Amino acid sequence: MPLVAPNNKRRLEVIIVGTGLAGGAAAATFGELGYKVKVFTFHDSPRRAHSIAAQGGINAAKNYQNDGDSVFRLFYDTIKGGDYRSREANVHRLAEVSVNIIDQAVAQGVPFAREYGGLLSNRSFGGVQVSRTFYARGQTGQQLLLGAYQSLSRQISLGNVELFNRHEMIDLVMEDGKARGIIARNLLTGETERHGAHAVVLGTGGYGNVFYLSTNAMNSNGSAAWRAVKQGAYMANPCFTQIHPTCIPVSGEYQSKLTLMSESLRNDGRVWVPRKMEDAAAIREGRKTGLDIPEADRDYYLERRYPAFGNLVPRDVASRAAKTACDEGLGVSPTGLAVYLDFDAAINRYGKSKAHSQNEHNASEARIRELGVGVIEEKYGNLFEMYEKITGEDPYVMPMKIYPAVHYTMGGLWVDYNLQTNIPGLFAIGEANFSDHGANRLGASALMQGLADGYFVLPYTIGTYLSQEIRNPMVDPDGPAFKEAEAQSQARIDRLMSINGNKSPETFHRELGKIMWEYCGMARNAEGLQKGRRMIRELREEFWRDVYVPGRIKEYNPELEKALRVADFLELGELMMLDALDRNESCGGHFREEYQTEDGEALRRDDEYAYVSAWEWDDVDPILHKEELIFENVELKTRSYK
Amino acid sequence: MKLKLKIWREGGKYPKGQFVSYDIAGVNDHMSFLEMLDVLNERLISEKEDPIAFEHDCREGICGTCSLVINGYPHGPMQQTTACQLHMRNFRDGETITIEPWRSRAFPIVKDLVVNRDAFDRIIQAGGYISVDTGQAQDGNAIPIEKDQASHAFDAATCIGCGACVAACPNASAMLFVGAKVSHLAQMPQGKIEAATRAQRMVAQHDAEGFGRCSNITACEAECPKGISVEHIARLNRQYIASTLGSEKVVE
Repeated sequence: MPLVAPNNKRRLEVIIVGTGLAGGAAAATFGELGYKVKVFTFHDSPRRAHSIAAQGGINAAKNYQNDGDSVFRLFYDTIKGGDYRSREANVHRLAEVSVNIIDQAVAQGVPFAREYGGLLSNRSFGGVQVSRTFYARGQTGQQLLLGAYQSLSRQISLGNVELFNRHEMIDLVMEDGKARGIIARNLLTGETERHGAHAVVLGTGGYGNVFYLSTNAMNSNGSAAWRAVKQGAYMANPCFTQIHPTCIPVSGEYQSKLTLMSESLRNDGRVWVPRKMEDAAAIREGRKTGLDIPEADRDYYLERRYPAFGNLVPRDVASRAAKTACDEGLGVSPTGLAVYLDFDAAINRYGKSKAHSQNEHNASEARIRELGVGVIEEKYGNLFEMYEKITGEDPYVMPMKIYPAVHYTMGGLWVDYNLQTNIPGLFAIGEANFSDHGANRLGASALMQGLADGYFVLPYTIGTYLSQEIRNPMVDPDGPAFKEAEAQSQARIDRLMSINGNKSPETFHRELGKIMWEYCGMARNAEGLQKGRRMIRELREEFWRDVYVPGRIKEYNPELEKALRVADFLELGELMMLDALDRNESCGGHFREEYQTEDGEALRRDDEYAYVSAWEWDDVDPILHKEELIFENVELKTRSYK
Repeated sequence: MKLKLKIWREGGKYPKGQFVSYDIAGVNDHMSFLEMLDVLNERLISEKEDPIAFEHDCREGICGTCSLVINGYPHGPMQQTTACQLHMRNFRDGETITIEPWRSRAFPIVKDLVVNRDAFDRIIQAGGYISVDTGQAQDGNAIPIEKDQASHAFDAATCIGCGACVAACPNASAMLFVGAKVSHLAQMPQGKIEAATRAQRMVAQHDAEGFGRCSNITACEAECPKGISVEHIARLNRQYIASTLGSEKVVE
């Protein structure tokens, strides 16, 4: 692969949008390499990017546990977990660099969990049979992001990186068919700014908030990627959405977001619903609680249906099974949309083991419970606390109530092996691209992919493009392309502000979310998708007719920020419906009701759908480009966790 | 339940800043504090009034964006809870709730309840890192760290950079924020090499930003949503004193 010499790097400018694990790591690394970097975040600080909320851990094929792990096994697990809809070459590279990430993070001072001997500790995650997940209590994303943030801060202090906080990208600027810069809005003053560079990198995360209710942060959005799509970038597999099985259920109409309970809880928690409909009804009506249901009347349905993986099946499988149980009328919350996650068995098991290790051989049941609760507290204390704060129920006594919620988007901007989109000079990294997770991401792999792209992949592969740019002078942000893009952005904002209708941006967002969840959520069918698409169209028209954005343009105006994002979601949502409609098969997180096996498992159709859908946006009729997926190292099989 | 809210408004219609009262009804136990403000804002927007500006993002207590002083307490009356994790079941029907922004010279108000915390970024830029470039690291297990020590380092590293320590401190000192980072890195073998200069540089930047001096009031620990102990300030002080007395590397 071509490289760029150090003396030339100084003359090349790179814009990075987003400061999460991918963007932050890339900005720091580009700075270290000597490029001139401008990094943008809409947050007040790079440290607030939503990567910070990742709880459970990060995978790496270190095989420290001597349990049969290897680069190949991580590669294989990721391809299989993604239901054979990802690109082999990208995934293998990801598995290769996974080990370097852990080394890098340790060197930065990330306080990973350790064993008594001082070495790094691991735990298990869903969809795998080894322990390869590194973690820092339930705050792994926070610690890894702070590591990247600190490295980025160092580059800022050295003058290699210029930080533009509270700046949101509102358009991509193209010149001669290449990405040449961005239009950004200063969120404090409302002024638009023009920024030029030799390459633009989007590390702007996923678009899960198109569903309104999700585990994403309130401000996470798809706009930067969508602005690129409007300039001709392809959106790949937009319908591949991850619904995470263990979230705190919805409690009311005012609900603004959903809170995840880490997948790591499924190491020790057992998922169940009552066997009898009358028990479930009694629980919903408050006449009984989970504690009143005897062991024999509980259905540990994951253990029953998937004995090989039990409670640790991948996320898509666990989510669908929860939906099936609730659809059958066995749900355990007033809304009927919740199942139990029960730690009683684990508390008992750990309590006995702890008593044994302390030579308490005749410990009473209460004593065993006390010791067991202590062990669980050490492992998951912060999650249990968070659960109690939100629900007001003590999960050490009552089993947790959980339900699936939108969590991650596997789809994203189409990129080649070098992580370049189909627009020369425009790159996408982390959750913003589509490349590694196929139709379903495995737990603890998002942190791995974000950091792999940012630290180890893009800093290397971008040389292919930038080595061709060394003769090009600095990009002039006062040129006609920039001025025109800025004028268009301003016109769009003016139009939004001048509608002066009756409904807030939030109202439209909530309505869009309901349509998406109903027709493009955990289970989809052709009829619903067509209906959903029509409804989004109507909603979009209504939005541009009746939205009301308070405040003024040239000031700090969070409602205007929201309106701009919702406008983009209204187009992206439609493309997701269209993509789901095109894919006449079930795979990973994409479950089409028409395509299932007799026992309700996803029915993949490799002969016709082993391709990546790369959509070129068109307001009337988006165009589908197909990238065929070729599997040379992994045999295509029906995924089984039984 | 019904509540009366006294909210600090600054900017727009209220150029000098003042408390404005709002009545709100239909608040229920399961709502989070911020969801209650969302409901109020939706009402203000429907009345074509300017909504109340407040910052928030993850609503899971980890991003450190939310920054409300509620009834005089940063992040509200619950211990070790950010404003976004505070739920309305902790308030009584008919109660009056006062909501203000962080108040500190180093955190200028942007609008209403939103403040500018760029000073924290500049303090980290002054030295809150280990100088290691990507790709230079040796194997992760080549640096064993005693389990409890790693755990103590984590206790400091858990800081979310929200600024509640500053809002709580009568001196508006950010020593808990600085101490947490210095203590996190100084407790790990990787971070020891730069420990002396780090403490000096970060303290110098802290002072330059206009934060006050620490006089051991320890309100910061009481209000820290992550329960970070003032022992980390003590470790910072030891690092700082040792570095100024013993080291040849003194920051000019």
